[in-house]
Amino acid sequence: MGKISLEVNGRKVEKEAPDNTLLSTFLREHLQLTGTHIGCDTSQCGACVVHVDGNSLKSCTALAADVNGSKVTTIEGLETNGKMHPMQEAFKKLHGLQCGFCTPGMVMSAVDLLQKNKKPSDTEIRDWLEGNICRCTGYQNIVAAVKEAATKM
Amino acid sequence: MASLVGSRVERKEDKRFLTGKGRYTADINLVNQTYAIFVRSPHARASIKKLNIDKALKSSGVVSILTGKEIADEKIGGLIAGWAIRSEDGTEMKCPGNPPLAKDNVNFVGDPVAVVIAESLAEAKEAAEKVEVDYKVLKAVTSTADAMNGDTIHEGIDKNLCFDWLLGDRQKVKDAFDKADKVISIDIINNRLIPNAMEPRACVADYNAASEEITLYTTSQNPHLSRLIMSAFGNVAPEHKLRVVAPDVGGGFGSKINVYNEDIVCSWAAKKINRAIKWVAERSESFLTDIHGRDHVTHAELAVTKDGKFLGFKNETIANLGAYARVFGTVTPTYLFGPCATGVYEIPAAYTNVKAVYTNTAPVDAYRGAGRPEATYTIERLVEKASMELGIDKTELRIKNFPTAFPFKQTLVHTVDSGDYVAGMEKAKQMADYKGFEARRKESEGKGKLRGIGVTSYFEACGIAPSAAVMSLGCGVGLWESAEVRFNPTGQVTVYTGSHSHGQSHQTTFAQIAADELGVPIENIDVVHGDTDKGTFGMGTYGSRSLAVGGIAIVNACKKIVEKGKRVTAKMLEANPEDVEFKDGEFIVSKSNKKKTIGEVAFACYLPGVRDEMKSPLPEGDEPGLKETSFYDPSNFSFPAGTHIAEVEIDPETGHVKLEKYTACDDFGRIINPMVVEGQVHGGLAQGIGQALYENAEYDETGQLMTGSYMDYTMPRADNFPEFNIGYTCTHATTNPLGVKGCGEAGAIAAPPTVMNAVIDALGGQEVTMPATAEKVWKACKNLKKSNVKAA
Repeated sequence: MGKISLEVNGRKVEKEAPDNTLLSTFLREHLQLTGTHIGCDTSQCGACVVHVDGNSLKSCTALAADVNGSKVTTIEGLETNGKMHPMQEAFKKLHGLQCGFCTPGMVMSAVDLLQKNKKPSDTEIRDWLEGNICRCTGYQNIVAAVKEAATKM
Repeated sequence: MASLVGSRVERKEDKRFLTGKGRYTADINLVNQTYAIFVRSPHARASIKKLNIDKALKSSGVVSILTGKEIADEKIGGLIAGWAIRSEDGTEMKCPGNPPLAKDNVNFVGDPVAVVIAESLAEAKEAAEKVEVDYKVLKAVTSTADAMNGDTIHEGIDKNLCFDWLLGDRQKVKDAFDKADKVISIDIINNRLIPNAMEPRACVADYNAASEEITLYTTSQNPHLSRLIMSAFGNVAPEHKLRVVAPDVGGGFGSKINVYNEDIVCSWAAKKINRAIKWVAERSESFLTDIHGRDHVTHAELAVTKDGKFLGFKNETIANLGAYARVFGTVTPTYLFGPCATGVYEIPAAYTNVKAVYTNTAPVDAYRGAGRPEATYTIERLVEKASMELGIDKTELRIKNFPTAFPFKQTLVHTVDSGDYVAGMEKAKQMADYKGFEARRKESEGKGKLRGIGVTSYFEACGIAPSAAVMSLGCGVGLWESAEVRFNPTGQVTVYTGSHSHGQSHQTTFAQIAADELGVPIENIDVVHGDTDKGTFGMGTYGSRSLAVGGIAIVNACKKIVEKGKRVTAKMLEANPEDVEFKDGEFIVSKSNKKKTIGEVAFACYLPGVRDEMKSPLPEGDEPGLKETSFYDPSNFSFPAGTHIAEVEIDPETGHVKLEKYTACDDFGRIINPMVVEGQVHGGLAQGIGQALYENAEYDETGQLMTGSYMDYTMPRADNFPEFNIGYTCTHATTNPLGVKGCGEAGAIAAPPTVMNAVIDALGGQEVTMPATAEKVWKACKNLKKSNVKAA
């Protein structure tokens, strides 16, 4: 057991957790932030993407202890004063989600893309999202939503 | 008031999903819950000599360990096949028992033999490692084509044959073939797929000792049906003591129709230990134990005249059922397959013969399209080959054999009420710039690439289905759907539907329908689904049935509300009910300015009286309240249809296939929400293209799944697709009041032959099996070079 200290969605949290606790498990089981989803066991699906110190990360690829002291943003922390982030708005407007399971990871990943590339091409969006699997949408409306968000951010 | 049906209404369900507030089964945690881990067979076929749990029981945190023995002793029932299929010789199909925990024999890798329940997940995992199972490993049967020659898997089921089914008339087909100028024949494999909904299966079972009620939260497409099966066949609890809740469900695609071993075991065990139990599948467990899809080996023939008229069709298929026959396992390769195998064509004589075989692999059941992708692949590969062999343009050959009038009595079963296949073809050709293809082919050639174009015209039978029809064909239940429309006294509406949304957008589209029917603002309408304690009953969501069956139940319940509203208005305004008209939320007495809003009527129905007077707004015979129910049984299937056109470019140096263009022109009848329908088409296409180019479930000869993770099973990614070009024609269905047809499966049905026809066109007609991987295509390109050298 060890003490994990993080700033999650702007709030300081301190919890004891076993040393082998994944960041994804810590968020879901210890902080009850269940918006971060677990869709696989090989770090392939991307449903668990969060931001750690501003960069997207599959939260199942890091131990909570590895990111001790970091600032973590999850899908629950993307709204500002109850207003959805432009990426969330764009996904809604353009039907970039169906069952919603891959959506949190997809949105967090896409937000990071626009931080790094303000006006990505279709090909750049599709390449960037290669690490996020969606089974419902065929990706077309996700790509459209990311482009839409790029005009609003 | 503007109609909402037909508008791109943004989804009511989105905000919770986009802000992390969705509530999926794995997000549910109950007070004092325990954790379950299933001990699964590592062997594809074995008998269990000994199972020892002594060491495991002593492991830290263990609450209970249950095995197949307790299941058998307590007569907890097994998993069932939902459709009884009869063989050509009249004998009933043969199904083995499928206990939720195996006691004597295991029949596929992943077949569960015990459940370990512990205080924490880590302790459950550790204890599960200590369960000792002594197996006698037997030779596995894994090949679909050779299953009938393998060892007998289930005692008493000769040749591993569940049934040998025939639809059609062999003699008529023989006569037709005798008259043919040419016979086109083809051998194809419909590759095995793994549905891979992004949310792995999960369940949380709870027992309330006070009410003696079990509550099961589970990842299901049809909670009422799950409860019925668990109660009637599983013997878990009577229906009134079993509540099944399917909350937010992260995709299904057919894989969450079935009641699974874990649902039954956790529900039963929760009562035994009097505590809640949580089980969440790891992805590798989903790969091993979710139902798989497709897996056919087919030989088919088409008899044609030299000018391209189709005379007869033969289809000999072996379908793999996996280890056990499950809910839709036996109907998928029969009544969902055979009738559609003659496609959109007038073919005077046809038969489909299916031998369904057991193998030591995961059960095969309904996966998006279920039978119809296999059917469409068969006929459309055959027609494309016919066009090559006859030298007739692939679109002209199809048009030549399209029906010219509707209703179209399709060769084997269905009467298709509506459609215009020529219009769909012409529009698709225009959208795809079919004429410009030769120029594009030359351009590709100039770059050293091979370019091909492929076409598919399809119809499918969905919106399942008229109860009398399906029950006559062996279905164990009727396939109607229910809806309840409930007004609150203050005028908001709750719609309870027996359909289940796990991505389909019912909360929005069903609210659009109710808003139009009732004239109530959509923000005042909630759609509730997925809980057996809410709503009467429901058959659930699959077979593109939610709108065409469940949606119509909502319409009918709304109409009953309006009828009552007319009677109440008439009483309130002292008019004749026949003189009351309803429009845009208002009941108007004709030829007068007297009216009541539907909100006023609802209020009066719940508060039927006035101060100081003995007076009721309710006509004699009408009870207070405003709530109506409908059980809608459709009169026919719905028959979406269309033409898809794909273009691929192949790099002969690497064998890489690039999907350059994909055009889909579909007829879904009236469209409720174009944005949602586009999403359904995109998703279906991605799965269909996935089957053609990427996905394949593979077992080795010992029955080990070689593609058991996302490292090995190729899931289509964003960079695998071009932007799809989507369009519609629209002929309204004549068999339901909305004129709608199902749209959920069309993409997955039409895309595999469309893409493969393009690949094979680029390869000069050389057959390649799905998925057309770079390795296979590269080899075909080498053959092409050799034959070109010979020709020169």
